[in-house]
Amino acid sequence: MPLFNRTPRAPLEYAKSLWMRGWVLGVMLFLYIPLFVLMAFSFNDSKRNVVWRGFTTKYYGVAWENEQLWNAMMNSLTIAFFATIFSLVIGTLAAVMLWRFRFPFKGAVDGTISLPIIVPEICLGVAFLVFFSTIGWPSALPWPFNMGAIIIAHITFCFPFVAMVVRARLAGFNREQEEAAKDLGASEWQAFRDVLIPHIKPALVSGALLAFTLSLDDFVITFFTSTPGTDTFPVLVYSLVKRGVTPDVNAASTILILLTVVLTAIALKLQGAKALAQTH
Amino acid sequence: MSEPIIQIRNVTKRFGKVAAVDNVSLDIAAGEFFVLLGPSGCGKTTLLRMIAGFEVPTEGQIIIDGQDMSRVPPNKRPVNMVFQSYAVFPHMSVADNVAYGLKIAGVGRAERDERVREALALVSLNGFEDRKPDQMSGGQRQRVALARSLVMRPKVLLLDEPLSALDAKLRAQMQFELSDLQDQIGITFVTVTHDQDEALSMASRIAVINKGEVAQLATPSDLYEYPANRFVADFVGSVNIFEGKLILDEPDKAAVDCPGLGKVYLNHGVTGPHGADVWVALRPEKIYLHVPGEGKAVQAAAKDAPEGHNFARGKIKGMSYLGDITLFEIILDSGAMIRVSRPNLSRHDQEDFTWDDRVSMHWRADSPVVLLG
Amino acid sequence: MSTPEQDWKSQKRPFAAVATLPLFWTMLFFLVPMGFVWLYSFGRNVGLTEIDIVGTLDNYKRATEWLYLGIFLKSLAVAALVTLICLIVGFPVAMAITFASEKWRPWLLLGIMLPFWTNLLIRTYALMIVLGQQGLANAGLESLWGMASWLKVVVGMEPLPTWEPLPLLYNNFAVVLGLVYVHLPFMVLPLYSALDRLDKSLIEASLDLGAGHLKTLFKIVVPLAAPGIIAGVMITLIPALGAYLTPDLMGGTDSQMIANVIERQFKRANDWPFGAALSFLLIYAMFILIALQGMRKKVPEVR
Repeated sequence: MPLFNRTPRAPLEYAKSLWMRGWVLGVMLFLYIPLFVLMAFSFNDSKRNVVWRGFTTKYYGVAWENEQLWNAMMNSLTIAFFATIFSLVIGTLAAVMLWRFRFPFKGAVDGTISLPIIVPEICLGVAFLVFFSTIGWPSALPWPFNMGAIIIAHITFCFPFVAMVVRARLAGFNREQEEAAKDLGASEWQAFRDVLIPHIKPALVSGALLAFTLSLDDFVITFFTSTPGTDTFPVLVYSLVKRGVTPDVNAASTILILLTVVLTAIALKLQGAKALAQTH
Repeated sequence: MSEPIIQIRNVTKRFGKVAAVDNVSLDIAAGEFFVLLGPSGCGKTTLLRMIAGFEVPTEGQIIIDGQDMSRVPPNKRPVNMVFQSYAVFPHMSVADNVAYGLKIAGVGRAERDERVREALALVSLNGFEDRKPDQMSGGQRQRVALARSLVMRPKVLLLDEPLSALDAKLRAQMQFELSDLQDQIGITFVTVTHDQDEALSMASRIAVINKGEVAQLATPSDLYEYPANRFVADFVGSVNIFEGKLILDEPDKAAVDCPGLGKVYLNHGVTGPHGADVWVALRPEKIYLHVPGEGKAVQAAAKDAPEGHNFARGKIKGMSYLGDITLFEIILDSGAMIRVSRPNLSRHDQEDFTWDDRVSMHWRADSPVVLLG
Repeated sequence: MSTPEQDWKSQKRPFAAVATLPLFWTMLFFLVPMGFVWLYSFGRNVGLTEIDIVGTLDNYKRATEWLYLGIFLKSLAVAALVTLICLIVGFPVAMAITFASEKWRPWLLLGIMLPFWTNLLIRTYALMIVLGQQGLANAGLESLWGMASWLKVVVGMEPLPTWEPLPLLYNNFAVVLGLVYVHLPFMVLPLYSALDRLDKSLIEASLDLGAGHLKTLFKIVVPLAAPGIIAGVMITLIPALGAYLTPDLMGGTDSQMIANVIERQFKRANDWPFGAALSFLLIYAMFILIALQGMRKKVPEVR
């Protein structure tokens, strides 16, 4: 009994069936309509921004002038920048360590390094709050050092993701290339630099993108480690949503959405859709 | 004969309890094309890697050009290796690949460029300097790997299964090219392969390795015509092996009585006590096949053997026409099976026989080989 | 061909060069903080800012009181429901992507992944706009209601009573919807990964032997995609269990989940030891879930 057929198609061409297309369309609409509504409302000429009043771009100007928004955005980007760089280094080192060497308690180390990925964010956030307050981390440092605690926290939960991505790429490495380099006279470090690093470059790029997005997007952990003046964009939007959002927030959000689109497109182009899906 | 360039002294390599290489001693002379031949997992690659320095012997010593290599890491040895996967660096151009070792050694730009050009000419890859490896075929990549190693002017070039990834035609071509190359440059080549055709055609000497030990070390023809034991006889080329008892043992002649094959006479002496259990190895191409009419076989055999020796009768059970030769599987009257290979000297030769034909065959008195192990 | 791992002892310098920083960082900035929390969970508040670690189990005892246990179980139920919905909604999407033509597939994947990469706060806020009293959802429903009422009049019946906007926010419904909204991409990707690796000729073989599509789906596709399904479930269930933002922003007073309770202990109630105990109970629960998943019989993969 042909279950999906109405027009003749090959049995495995599920994607051509009408109801499956409808389903996917429905899911896509579900996912995107709120985002489009938000972007549309950034042009809404209304302060309270609940009902459509008229078209205007003035709130983009307001957002541009909003110092609080700018500071939060700057903080987010700065934190993400530093977190990405450090995560990249630490994550790559961790990946190479696990891939290359056999050492006592390796299984335990492997598991422990992956823990920050699995542990619920609330628990991580709580742990960092407790840690920084217990050791007396200074809370009144000049910018950007006042975000030091946040950056450290971000690095800690980002680098395992980088390690995972790099490790996947390392698994496909032809060891004979490294041996060839050594056979030609390269030292351990030279072989690493000339052969291994070029091989993992794609993983470094997608790992960096992953870390950057995770950091930029993070709310819970940042919420627990931020101090006055170190609000990031998500934390700011959170407090605004509770108090009352102004349309310039919509404008800033729209810009951030567009930025995400661009970054995702770059990531996809570099790694290919399938590879990227597998890293998640 | 000068000091051998590589001396392998009682080298053993254990992985856990298993000995991949078991107490092997070999000398390789300078300028040789030396081949390590054996089935998969026999330890030949492990041995090669120990010469290169990527494995460390559990026991024993490896001496290259008079220098003990025990503490010398691979990047400081006067040898270079061409890897089985070629291991050409995918992110570098051909020229950069070939120049890599020179760069590491600190050779100046001008000299580097000159030597790279030389090396590429040697492997017929001029004009490929700027190509990337992924734009090249397997055979071309192998030449890049060769050039990359040769440009370093090593004393010994090690090759790990160099021809296994190539298709049949390319393989035949590369066999000649590698031999020529070695002749031209004159450095020592040590190759690992499981393909006996490769070994026989390229080598000056072959070491057949079986389960970590050297089964025989000889020139290709000696290996083929005078195998030292059943493993070598069977591994190199195809062979018929029959059990028997040594019934005549004299300095210039011998005879073996094989239940399966009949009486075998040899026109040279063999080592072995009278009455011992031995094996007779007879290569398929050394057997003459006669159309039914057994008189011919008996007569032909009698030319260089006493009566009743060196012939047999049977029935054709299988035939494989291979173009240049035809392979026969014949069930002898004794019930044993024998393989015969017959060249198709004329265009109609393959029509001479058919299944179930009764045939007789003979062989010359210098063809069989007596094996003690 | 690659050689096996090297023993660290044979290459001490390179090993130290590579391993020092990650190990040190993990130790200092992950294990130590978790250790502190663990210790605090056995502590007691002494004064406004001091905490004494006395080795008491009071916090854990209090955490298992019905009040908190109830919230915990409710969080688990919500997470399970969200996971189930994501699985049911996401599976056909994953299948559609797997069997889509080469031309469409990257776009579909991009479409699914883009929301995942968009800022969580923005996504949640956007959903809230739609669900609000005067939001799109209510507006849409209102017009549907109006059409239905008009139809009734046309047929000669009484019109429907005036439309009251539905409370779509600040309740359990919103929390579940919001969590599904946030986690759906998480579910689709592992499913797609597993389905993509599936040998399509197995489906063809099943159809060839006479099974219908649905039967093939349940007897062949699902069992073989099981590792991917389990991965997707884990990736959805555990974060949903520990979700903070969605229940906080979109939930009502009775939609509290465990993460909200924990947050309150640290930010408002100032009862850190109790919060620490709750945190660790959540971590233990998570480990139990993972262990359960690991204990399931592995489906043999036929190459």
